[in-house]
Amino acid sequence: MDLKLKIWRQQGPDAQGKFVEYLVQNISSDASFLEMMDILNEELVAKGEEPVAFDHDCREGICGMCSLYINGRPHGPDTAITTCQLHMRKFKDGETVVIEPWRAKPFPVIKDLMVDRSAFDEIIQAGGYVSVNTGGVPDANAIPIKKENADLAMDAAACIGCGACVAACKNASAMLFVSAKVSQFALLPQGRVEANNRVENMVAKMDVLGFGNCTNTYACEAVCPKEISITNIARMNREFFVAKIS
Amino acid sequence: MSNTLSYSSITKKIWMSLFGLFLMTFLVVHLSINLLLLFDPSRELFNIAAHFMGTNPLIQIFQWVLFAGFGFHIILGVILQIQNWMARPKGYKVKGTSEDSVFSKYMIYTGMIIFVFLIIHLGNFFVLKMQGDVPEFHQPGAGEMEDMGLLVVNLFRNTGYVIFYVIMLLLMGFHLDHAFQSAFQSLGLTHNKYTPFIKGLGHFYSIVITAGYIIIPLIIYFR
Amino acid sequence: MAKLDSKVPEGPIAEKWTNYKAHQNLVNPANKRKVDIIVVGTGLAGGAAAASLGELGFNVKVFCIQDSPRRAHSIAAQGGINAAKNYPNDGDSVYRLFYDTVKGGDYRAREANVYRLAEVSNNIIDQCVAQGVPFAREYGGLLDNRSFGGALVSRTFYARGQTGQQLLLGAYSALSKEIKKGSVELFTRREMLDIVKIDGKARGIIVRNLVTGELERHGAHAVLLGTGGYGNVFFLSTNAMTSNGGAAWRAYKRGAFFANPSFVQIHPTCIPVHGDYQSKLTLMSESLRNDGRIWVPKKKEDAQKIQKGELRPTQIAEEDRDYYLERRYPAFGNLVPRDVASRAAKERCDAGHGVGNTGLAVYLDFKDAIERLGRNVIEARYGNLFQMYEKIVDENPYETPMMIYPAIHYTMGGTWVDYELQSTIPGLFVGGEANFSDHGANRLGASALMQGLSDGYFVLPYTMQNYLADQITVPHFSTDGPEFEQTEKEVQERIDKLFAVNGDETVDSFHKRLGHIMWDNVGMARNKEGLEKAITEIQQLRKEFWQRVKVPGEKTGMNVELEKALRVADFLEQGELMALDALTRNESSGGHFREEYQTKEGEALRDDKNFTHVAAWEYMGDDKPAKLHKEPLVYENIEVKQRNYKTA
Repeated sequence: MDLKLKIWRQQGPDAQGKFVEYLVQNISSDASFLEMMDILNEELVAKGEEPVAFDHDCREGICGMCSLYINGRPHGPDTAITTCQLHMRKFKDGETVVIEPWRAKPFPVIKDLMVDRSAFDEIIQAGGYVSVNTGGVPDANAIPIKKENADLAMDAAACIGCGACVAACKNASAMLFVSAKVSQFALLPQGRVEANNRVENMVAKMDVLGFGNCTNTYACEAVCPKEISITNIARMNREFFVAKIS
Repeated sequence: MSNTLSYSSITKKIWMSLFGLFLMTFLVVHLSINLLLLFDPSRELFNIAAHFMGTNPLIQIFQWVLFAGFGFHIILGVILQIQNWMARPKGYKVKGTSEDSVFSKYMIYTGMIIFVFLIIHLGNFFVLKMQGDVPEFHQPGAGEMEDMGLLVVNLFRNTGYVIFYVIMLLLMGFHLDHAFQSAFQSLGLTHNKYTPFIKGLGHFYSIVITAGYIIIPLIIYFR
Repeated sequence: MAKLDSKVPEGPIAEKWTNYKAHQNLVNPANKRKVDIIVVGTGLAGGAAAASLGELGFNVKVFCIQDSPRRAHSIAAQGGINAAKNYPNDGDSVYRLFYDTVKGGDYRAREANVYRLAEVSNNIIDQCVAQGVPFAREYGGLLDNRSFGGALVSRTFYARGQTGQQLLLGAYSALSKEIKKGSVELFTRREMLDIVKIDGKARGIIVRNLVTGELERHGAHAVLLGTGGYGNVFFLSTNAMTSNGGAAWRAYKRGAFFANPSFVQIHPTCIPVHGDYQSKLTLMSESLRNDGRIWVPKKKEDAQKIQKGELRPTQIAEEDRDYYLERRYPAFGNLVPRDVASRAAKERCDAGHGVGNTGLAVYLDFKDAIERLGRNVIEARYGNLFQMYEKIVDENPYETPMMIYPAIHYTMGGTWVDYELQSTIPGLFVGGEANFSDHGANRLGASALMQGLSDGYFVLPYTMQNYLADQITVPHFSTDGPEFEQTEKEVQERIDKLFAVNGDETVDSFHKRLGHIMWDNVGMARNKEGLEKAITEIQQLRKEFWQRVKVPGEKTGMNVELEKALRVADFLEQGELMALDALTRNESSGGHFREEYQTKEGEALRDDKNFTHVAAWEYMGDDKPAKLHKEPLVYENIEVKQRNYKTA
């Protein structure tokens, strides 16, 4: 298939960016979206032009590195998917595909389609852990955990930190990301010990970094590659409320 | 204000929902009084109720609580929105197309329109009342009071106003439809079993309230 | 030059590690602050070690190539992690895990290291649960286990199909805790390009900041590499795009011996190759073999019709299916170790029974399991994998059998390390997949996660301390010294040289060509002739690379093509060493299968008399062949015998 691509090109963090049009031809519908980008880049390099910079690594939908906003949707036109798992069969021959970087104040563009998501690391550093050191922990089966809770914690822990939730949210809110981590630990006895501090610190960090507020539009849940549920946000609100009044 | 600004996002959202839910209960009270105009075309019941609301000392105090509720809800909403705009200084070329709730995207706009309506609404009734420009209503045995009902009925015979009113109320309905379940979400009151019920109740509430308010001018207009 | 001293402690195997810890040197808490440690890589080994060393109070600087430590490729491991907990009461023990791992590695691993691994495996599970890793649980609230290839017990702990992710996020959270505390300093989007040695000891690294393009110098009292394997030499592998053996290769060129480079694991359950534009291969967890049955059509005609698309797999009658693993290996069936399963698949496809449009695929069928357990159960166990398969291949694996084919997955070889995980460069430690020590010639499923975390949480924090105990009087290093100056200059020259070529062929094109040479000759089946050909071809390709490669863009700022060119330049050298090692090892063992050395039934034929050793290669200079050193492997606790998966 042939495609017309409109890609955001931006030389550096402070440079002015613009959309540049490219044509790619004879793309197999079995190719992945990033393989299509590879083909484009190979052509650009062969022509002596600079390839399009975009983040990607594992290419199996788990590292959370890939981050393209494709035709108005993070990770493109499919559900429960990352860009690297998106295949060209989801596009029509001759289609125009607009590719933009994640847009949010805390995610500044580094180059072209690559953004800096270290804000997420900072939020985790604010409390996204159980404060145990290596060694000296009880036996793994010492505390039984209700299977339902373990499963819910796993659902939340599946977050890959890609930032699609922020990219999709009209407010660039990071609530789904933060609440997934808060929920995972809130549901497990190991995490409950410092639950109050954790939720207050992580939310405070999220606010300071300049993410928007949640207005419950649920766009985040709709685009999340791991289908993290917005009930995690409600759980975090609840945890936060309890932490504040206790 | 500076204190409000420094509140965490979730704190603001919690207040936002609490005020919102409070205002929703007010809408029920207000509607039940309005409906008296339909049940009693003589306007007597309505005027008695209006008189009670306008003179009862408790209600008089509570009225300011209500104003405060509106005020905080609006101010918080605006602050939240400004922060949200600031969180994405550069927007997308292709606007988002995800399968989310439609009304939720336009809360600030429906909210602002409702705010404008509220001003006009207050101008129509409250200010007139304050200035004493309301005709008298004489009812044997009940003593003298203002004929607020007549003000309403007169307005509802004006074609332009009815159209305006109906549109405003529809927008308020959209606002409410998202607001109801959203308030529960913000307060963290969700549960596998009960959330579907809450969502259903929210739709039911917003439809009943909107229909209830809209039906009054229509019946009076065509009566 | 350095003699290979494995420094295995004295005493009975079960007491070696305890004895080591009891007698090792320690650094007092106040002095730990005076000691700097560099950790390169934030996967299971690097991340866990950096966090644990930070907890102890050392000054740790940690470097990762991605934008966040959470993205290291350990995250992609799916199936699970082994531990000798014996929770299911099915007869597991530390010894049995040790035994299975040595046997699974075809008796080419160092006994003492493997025993220690099995010993600390239980601590890992305890540690991870305490960190809030949501392992799968049973209704009673206790941890669930499943079985995995190469074992007769259920000892694998798992978190859905995302065990690696959850364990890595556990290590990442511990690391984040230390970063917050200030004991660990994080450097992201940095690629290590060289090791700095002062007076023969590893004292620092040169990294390239991938965003600004600047070269940076970092000094420390010791350096730890947790930089993963070199599977991407093959171009197509299940490794991530930035996974590269560059750091270990640079260490090799600075004097760290490289052990068993030919020991590469080919994973049997990957999604088959579909086109030459393909950038990587996707792994389907080995756990699928618990319930899926592997087969090909018995009749060649059926296979040919399937390849042409004239026949569907569901149309093949039960009696016309060849469940070849169950047929050949009745005791282990579909759960034979990876090398055995991979070779068996290749054997069937080479014999013309392969399926898919390329004929290079076999079926992994869940029909029986779905009938026996119900679709819900299968969905609960493998739902995410099935979904992934469907997204990629566009076929529903609940209805049509999955197609799989072996692919490069893991490298057992790596930097030679002693019992302390220290390389032949003093002060340079290597953990996880980057070292060679625990898996011998073949790694069992769910053992990589175990080894990474064992090295990171429970081994390196002790052994590095033992090394650092006499370093407390060495002041913090200034990076202005002549050694840093010189090393940075050499890195800069390498970069300048790449730009100076200004040729006409892209980096990826060279990488793909190398991949083809490697896969055809140094892949699943190797022979003398092919290996010799590969060496010549790689040398030729390397020459061509330095004459014709094109690296566009600037030296400063982000330049992805330059990054790739630097890696491929290293792969072009490493590929040769792999072929040389394979050529020198005149036997078949584990993942290393020499066609000349096989039993009548086509099984790997070891030569224990001549090859029960670690082949450690020493770099002698760019135009000189590497020098082979042998570390003999002594088995005192396990009887060395032919691996047998036909009968228990």
